[in-house]
Amino acid sequence: MAKVKGAIKVDDEKCKGCSLCVVACPQKVIALAKEVNGKGYNYAYMANPDECTGCTNCAMVCPDSVITVYRLKAQVEA
Amino acid sequence: MADIKEIMKPENLVYGKSKVLTDNVMSYCPGCTHGVVHKLIAEVIEEMDIQEKTIGICPVGCSVLAYNFLDIDWQQAAHGRAPAVATAVSRLKPEKIVFAYQGDGDLASIGTAEIIHACNRGENIVVIFINNGIYGMTGGQMAPTTLEGMPTSTSPYGRDIKLAGHPLRITELIAQLPGTTFVTRQSAHTPAAVRKCKKAIRKAFDNVEGKKGTSFIEVVSTCSSGWKLSPVKSNEWMVEHMFPFYKLGDLKDE
Repeated sequence: MAKVKGAIKVDDEKCKGCSLCVVACPQKVIALAKEVNGKGYNYAYMANPDECTGCTNCAMVCPDSVITVYRLKAQVEA
Repeated sequence: MADIKEIMKPENLVYGKSKVLTDNVMSYCPGCTHGVVHKLIAEVIEEMDIQEKTIGICPVGCSVLAYNFLDIDWQQAAHGRAPAVATAVSRLKPEKIVFAYQGDGDLASIGTAEIIHACNRGENIVVIFINNGIYGMTGGQMAPTTLEGMPTSTSPYGRDIKLAGHPLRITELIAQLPGTTFVTRQSAHTPAAVRKCKKAIRKAFDNVEGKKGTSFIEVVSTCSSGWKLSPVKSNEWMVEHMFPFYKLGDLKDE
């Protein structure tokens, strides 16, 4: 079975680091960065990008709509 | 292994920010449920393609600035009077989709008369009621919806029933009224709850389009700043304490 591959893009400057996406992610992909953004928040980032399936759960719960989710179309393996 | 840049292409986009939301950074605290509900309303408006004919009524409270975040027409109402203003707008412009967006201090306290009478008349509007059991904007004072024993800045030892009375389940009250067609209590703390909440909002907007009467959606919410908890802990506290009193589900669906 082909593995579903996804990725998220976080708008670093608008993220407030509430970490609701960290809890919502079933694959434990997201973590808060050690660095801070312009407003002093530890923004969310993909700490474990290989595991992302593009399930959109993180973007669903994001109160600030800063997460964009991409998912590769299922590749049929030969 | 596909490269991340390879995945982040427009054709692979599965979920992004709704076009109805503006580019302004939301003024809410980190993890505030207002943001999630704003987003859901924006998505519903985008799905139904009613951006041009939706009019929102802003409350007084944290969401008083909602007009900065959703790119639709808005009207600001006096404290608690959003359903009265919504009544006027929906009667004068029956072709528009009108919704009132209120918090618990606004709807369940100062605006109790307005909401009860608007729902009793069965005005063709959607009411979205954000209930976090506290006056969030003014510094976390006790609201009518504050739970028994819940500490707030004006009840630091917890709400005393003998002194302050019982918490008000206004959604149950409103479900009794014949004018309402759809009364539900939702939450937005997990992806599943968010999806359910969106379905309820969609249904309420469909009801207005079908001129079926008042649809009332309560969203049990958090106030991490007022509750003095982190956003994640707030959600846990809400599940543990708010949900047993404010039970989720549809109260009325006709």
